[in-house]
Formats: sequence, C-alpha cells, structure tokens
Amino acid sequence: MALLEVKNLGISFGGLKAVDDFSITIEKGQMYGLIGPNGAGKTTVFNLLTGVYKPNCGTIFLDGENITGKKNIEINRAGIARTFQNIRLFSELSVLDNVKIGLHNGCPYSTLAGILRLPKYFKVEKAMNEKAVELLKVFDLDKEMDYKASNLPYGKQRKLEIARALATNPKLLLLDEPAAGMNPNETAELMKTIRFVRDNFDMTILLIEHDMKLVSGICEKLTVLNFGQVLAQGPTTEVLNNPEVIKAYLGE
Amino acid sequence: MEKKHKTPAVSMNKTTVNNLITYGIVIVAFVIVQIVNATGNMSSLMTGLLVPICIYAIMAISLNLTVGILGELSLGHAGFMCVGAFTSSVFSLSTQDALPAGIRFFLAILVGAAAAAVAGILVGIPVLRLRGDYLAIVTLAFGEIIKNVVNVIYLGKDETGFHFSTKNAMDLNLSENGMVIMNGPQGITGTPKDATFLAGTILILISLVIVLNLIHSRTGRAIMSVRDNRIAAESVGINITKYKLMAFTISAALAGTAGVLYSHNLSALTATQKNFGYNQSIMILVYVVLGGIGNTRGSMIAAVILTLLPELLRGLDNYRMLIYAIVLIVMMLINWSPKCIEFRKRHSLKRLLGKKEVA
Repeated sequence: MALLEVKNLGISFGGLKAVDDFSITIEKGQMYGLIGPNGAGKTTVFNLLTGVYKPNCGTIFLDGENITGKKNIEINRAGIARTFQNIRLFSELSVLDNVKIGLHNGCPYSTLAGILRLPKYFKVEKAMNEKAVELLKVFDLDKEMDYKASNLPYGKQRKLEIARALATNPKLLLLDEPAAGMNPNETAELMKTIRFVRDNFDMTILLIEHDMKLVSGICEKLTVLNFGQVLAQGPTTEVLNNPEVIKAYLGE
Repeated sequence: MEKKHKTPAVSMNKTTVNNLITYGIVIVAFVIVQIVNATGNMSSLMTGLLVPICIYAIMAISLNLTVGILGELSLGHAGFMCVGAFTSSVFSLSTQDALPAGIRFFLAILVGAAAAAVAGILVGIPVLRLRGDYLAIVTLAFGEIIKNVVNVIYLGKDETGFHFSTKNAMDLNLSENGMVIMNGPQGITGTPKDATFLAGTILILISLVIVLNLIHSRTGRAIMSVRDNRIAAESVGINITKYKLMAFTISAALAGTAGVLYSHNLSALTATQKNFGYNQSIMILVYVVLGGIGNTRGSMIAAVILTLLPELLRGLDNYRMLIYAIVLIVMMLINWSPKCIEFRKRHSLKRLLGKKEVA
C-alpha cells in the first residue's frame, strides 16, 4: 500500500480554484518532487496536506488512515511534518530548544512534574537532550546548539527547520523550497543532507523546488502543477522531457 | 578545546545558576530587611511598604508570564488580583471563628489562587482567540468588568448559611446574629491582618519557582514556541490553545495570590479605580516593561524599586511625580538603549573577573 494517497483534492478561495482535481500516490521511501510555475498552487497543496486548509473535496490517506479535514496538530501526530518556504523558526529560542519543541509530543511529562522537578522531569529531559543533540549532529548543527535560532546563518536555519520537522518522528516529510536562497555549494550540500535523511531515517520525502538541478538530482518521480491542475506526472526524466511541461514551466 | 565539547548539561547548569541567583536575591533582601528591622532602623513608612512590595513583585512575576513568555499583552491583570483579594477575604471572614490564623491564611491563599485561576480560564477562553491589540483591549474591558461586578455583590452569613443579593444589604434578610461580609461598593471590612513580610517573601519565592521551572520545562518551551511562531508551533504538533490557556491561567492564579496578600494587609477592602482598575494594570505592565519583557528577575526588581520610589520621593513634595517620570525614562534608556547594553556587556562582572564572555 502506498504511504500517501491523495485523490481528487480540491480547494477554492472565492471564485478561484487554487487546487483542482489533484491526485498523487507516494510509495514508502520515495523521493517525490512537486514543481510548477509561481502561483501554480504547490504550497496550497502542502497546506491542504498538513491541515492548514480544509479541502472542499477529495480524500487524503496516510498509511491507510484517512486524514482528510483533520486539524494540523492531528495530522502532525499522524505522521506528516513540514518545513516552510519562508523559514519559520522559534527565533528567540536556542537551536537546541527548537529541536526539543519538535520532540514535544514524543517525550511527554506533565506540567506539574516540570514545575516540581520530579524525577521524571530529569529523566525525560535527559533523553530529550540526547535525542536532540543526535539530530543536530546529523545536520552539523551541534556546535551551534546554544545559539539563538535567529542568529544562525541562512543555510543553517534551513537545516534546523528540517531537523525540527524530523524531531516529530514523521512518516512523510514535506519540504517547501528547501534550496530557496542558497548558493550552488549550499544546494549541493543540501542535496547530500536530504539523501542522508532519506536513507538513515527511512523517510519518504515530498518536496517543492524551483532548482531543477536539485530536482533532477534527487527526485525519483515528479508532479507538475499549472494553474492548480496536474499538468504531468511520472518518472523525473520523462516528465522533464514532456513538451507540455517545457512549454508551461521550463521554457523552450 | 573545552568549548568544542559543550554538552547540554552545561547550558542547563547555566539556567540553574541563573535561577539560584534570582532566589538568592530575594532571600538576601529578606535577611537585610529583617536585620534593619531588628536594629530598629526602619521607619514606620517603610515597614508599611514591605507587604505592598511583595504584592507588586508577585504581580510583576505573574504578568511577565503572560506578556514576556506567552507574548500576549494583558491589560486586565488587576482584575485577577481583585478576584483573589475578595474571595480570600470572604473565606477568611467566614471561617474566622473556626480555624486558627496560620491554617486559615494558608487556605485563604489557596482559595484566592483557585478563584483567580477559574476567572483566568473563563476570561481566557474567549479572550485568547484574539491577538495583539485586540486582546489587550478585551482584557482591559474584562479587568474593569470584574471590578464593577464585585462592587454590586452583597454577601452575608448567618446560622442558615450564606445570603446573596445584588441590590443592597437589607435585601440579604439576615437574622439578628448575621454578618454582612461583602457590602457592595463599601467592600469588605475586618479582614484579619494575616499578611506579613515573611509570608510575602515565601509567596514571592514560590511564584519564582513556579514561573522559572515552568519556563525551563517542556510546557514552557511549548508556550514560548507559540509566542515565537504560531504556525510553526502548530506544524510540530503543539496544541496552541491549550498552552495559551495554561499560561494565562497560571498567571491569573499568581495574580490571585498577590490579591490575597493585598486583602489581608488592609482592614478595609474596596474595589476602586485606584487599586483594581486599569491604572493598576498599567502600573504592573510598567514594571514588566522596565524590568525587561521575558526577564522574570528584572521585572521583580523593577516592581520593588518603582513601589519604593514614590514613597522615597515624598520629601520632594510637588515635584514627586515629575521626578518619578524622569526616573522611569532614565531607567528605560539604561535598560534598552543599544549603547547602554554594549557598555554593560563590556564592563560586565564576568569580564572584570577575567572570564571570557560566552557568545
């Protein structure tokens, strides 16, 4: 069974059909790309998948569980985590705390245990610290863990956002333009990191990206959106050579 | 080499040390006051100010949780103080004969805090749906509503139990032995004077423990994540409504305990514009802003200084409020201007002791 199965998803804002009849099937462990011109509805699809918007029609199944119309915190618990196009970190908190907030639901103890500093507090906090540092090491952020998140350089902020999303222990990771604003070196490094995440965390990844080098480099399958509708869908090379895609997006 | 192997344990120790310094300041201040008091060097004016200082320190700690940690501007905090003051006063008066003073005051604190917490939840549910200026305006209104509601309540007690009215004291139909506890705008008279400087100091310490431990726990991180980025907090599965309400309620409960101290420090308690109105709420906000938003220790110290200041300046007579305003402005500049922050960093104690600043 596919990990994510979306059928005929649609939403309209007033008279505008932002996403119309959108279907996608992602297998476990797949690296999937969602591309298309600006305003095509890519981020709207992400917002529908993560419950920020409620779809007008269609269904979303994650690992056999119907998550259509659920709230975003329920969907996160069901196993979808995301990053944002315009970075959204907890800017006043430390790098370590950012990841620990990602671990929030996975490592519970009561508020009272926290205030009274019961033994459980120390036990769980210690486990949380270890997990968080481990994750930060993967992204080469462990040396900066006491920094305020907003003081990190741009590329590292992107990485921290991915680390935070992974901390929620998702089944599916959605990356919204992870390479936006990065130079070619940073992009190459990011590609490595994304591959590493896929292999070591056994992760399924759906990403939105405009950088064709990154897309053709790591994505196995692509869906092209144009004016809210699916223009093409299939293996990467096939889609990128599709004349309609070239006309609408890549340029002749 | 040391720096490369920084473990989280180190950063946790840093916050622990910081918290201990805060507790230490309170305890040292308490000891100094006791010594001065014992040697007979304290004026009666100062002695009378000791409990109010504790009250406003707790209020500042409490409001800092809402404004600094939760990041929502509340302008109705005196309302929760009012709830705590009146409920605990009613409790103390009605159990005056049945309970010994110590236990009665302890229970009164719990009753006041619980009542204020309930008020916090009731106000919080509608109010926390709003954000920013709108939230501030609505909390301002709720603060006034609480004060005005208290002013129309008549409550009496006799053998048959409690009597309640919103018209006047006659309407309570009390028996001959009955006693009017709450007398509308005339408020409550005869609350036992249980509040002492010791009780106030202990309550400050308890509030500090609650707030500081909360901030450095899982719940505190969730609350701060809501403050920093609501959308991101939701995306990692943080229930923002729950944590907002929780912070607001704890904050209200602490304001309630301050109210208990307030009512048990006065023989006549009335809800007026001066003590529970928006002037008071804004005064508390001034403590928080001057002490540093999100800085619990700072807002506590600001509350102490600004409560003392008008009294210390009393000798200047008409110029008192003028100088008070100037001191406020100077404090604000020293606290927040970039040049002053830089100066403080360069001449910090750590630096003077030869330790290198940690970036």
